[in-house]
Amino acid sequence: MEDKRLNVNIGSLKLKNPVMTASGTFGFGEEYSDFIDVSRLGGIVVKGTTGERREGNAYPRLAEIPAGMINAVGLQNKGVEYFCNNIYPRIKGINENTIVNVSGSSIDEYCKVASMVNDLEDIPAIELNISCPNVKKGGMGFGVNKDMAFEVVSEVRKVYKKHLIVKLTPNVTNIVEIAQAVEKAGADSVSLINTLLAMAVDAERQKPIISTITGGMSGPAVKPVALRCVWQVSHNVDIPVIGMGGIQNATDAIEFLLVGASAVEVGTANFLNPKVTMEIIDGLSDYLDRHHIDNIKDIIGKI
Amino acid sequence: MKKVENFIVEDNKVLNPHCFLLKLKSPVSLEDVKQGQFVNVEVKGVQDRILRRPISIHDVDVEEGYLYLVVQKIGKATKELSGVKKGETLSIVFPLGNGFELKGEKPLLIGGGVGTAPLYLLAKQFHRKGIKSNMIIGARTNEQLFLTNRYNAVCNLSISTEDGSVGEKGLVTQNSLMNSDFDVIYTCGPTPMMKAVAMMAQQMGKTCYVSLENRMACGIGACLCCVNENKEGHNVCVCTDGPVFDSKEIW
Repeated sequence: MEDKRLNVNIGSLKLKNPVMTASGTFGFGEEYSDFIDVSRLGGIVVKGTTGERREGNAYPRLAEIPAGMINAVGLQNKGVEYFCNNIYPRIKGINENTIVNVSGSSIDEYCKVASMVNDLEDIPAIELNISCPNVKKGGMGFGVNKDMAFEVVSEVRKVYKKHLIVKLTPNVTNIVEIAQAVEKAGADSVSLINTLLAMAVDAERQKPIISTITGGMSGPAVKPVALRCVWQVSHNVDIPVIGMGGIQNATDAIEFLLVGASAVEVGTANFLNPKVTMEIIDGLSDYLDRHHIDNIKDIIGKI
Repeated sequence: MKKVENFIVEDNKVLNPHCFLLKLKSPVSLEDVKQGQFVNVEVKGVQDRILRRPISIHDVDVEEGYLYLVVQKIGKATKELSGVKKGETLSIVFPLGNGFELKGEKPLLIGGGVGTAPLYLLAKQFHRKGIKSNMIIGARTNEQLFLTNRYNAVCNLSISTEDGSVGEKGLVTQNSLMNSDFDVIYTCGPTPMMKAVAMMAQQMGKTCYVSLENRMACGIGACLCCVNENKEGHNVCVCTDGPVFDSKEIW
């Protein structure tokens, strides 16, 4: 069943295949277990978790746009203690690479969440979200400034002993310098891109569509920006890159691997087709067959 | 268990200038479909629209494997959907949401506009239990009504139109059935209508179930886009915690 040709590594993490799910689009994995065998995924990044419970932003949180959507959920979650005590026991083992997306508004909060998740045996990595555009103190402040990015990653590095992924925002002038700063601070890998800061307007009502006015844009519309970012970063850091942004099918995933991603995360496409990740995994095998390639690793960074 | 399956369009019928009825053949059993649940429909062929459309379940024929949806044309995707033809396939995620529980002995059902759609299956299930519910259908004009004969067969129906073109003139809350003997209210329709109904029910000390319709992406509780704030100040998912709520939880 498992196609060994698709095995990849992200540093110390061993993945059955390069297809992971993106935080905030896949719940805690359980939401999709009616549709797919979630253990087949290369990894699952669960919903962003903060130090305390957050209610998130007011409704409406969603606008559909040409070839994509804008969301402003605002990190709604029940807090890290609830996660550790109630959700983790339920989901542990659902996939060997179940990764927690760690969010916060301060270095203390990031460190608190990271150190609590560090104690969870079956969570081999965290994805440090220094790039959420949807809350006033959602971390994007850290992710847009190389000195602050360095500082928060350095502090989390002191308390988090396992694989540390740092998720980057594209809403910066120079994403490479942020990636290099977090690498220097001790990140084991980077994932990118988080959503693009965007806005949608209702011309008839003469009002913004989303309660927070601006939100984060995702879906196929962002893929060209994401490819560019992954290509720039992967050629300028020595740590592995996880690529994401608008991946809808195996061809899209291949494009990210070609520009230097060691693995990919699939997000918005899960909403459109809850089985899409399985189709992508199968499509990667087909691609290797068609191109007579022995191992998926052979195409990583060819461009 | 939730599934994603390709349904075959068996029939697509115009009901009125705004709404159409889709009769869809399911490739799998529909026995776990419950009144008040909804489906998430993929609409192909709409340039640049990617999200599925959440549509309430109007009726289900478990024996023959048919699902019935009443859809209102309100945007690009639903207009596109109105053009599907017999033999085409539609990818559908179902069944979604909690649905209506059959509570009470003397239910009163109140629908407004296309919000009347899911109340048909509810009335039918009460009817199967030997309970003939009272139902008020509200519309601005007779042009918005649909399938009233079908409703009449499974419940005791009274219509309210704002312009008086058919039935009683006025709002659903002014309908004479509001003075009838009932123990539970079920309502689905525009939010201001449901709020007014819920407030009346609360004043009368009756339980009122409302079915909400918030803008959704995933439909399965993963994206947290469709939330509604409850009375405790927590945001709950309309797609998985609802769409049916006891009105006292939210208003």
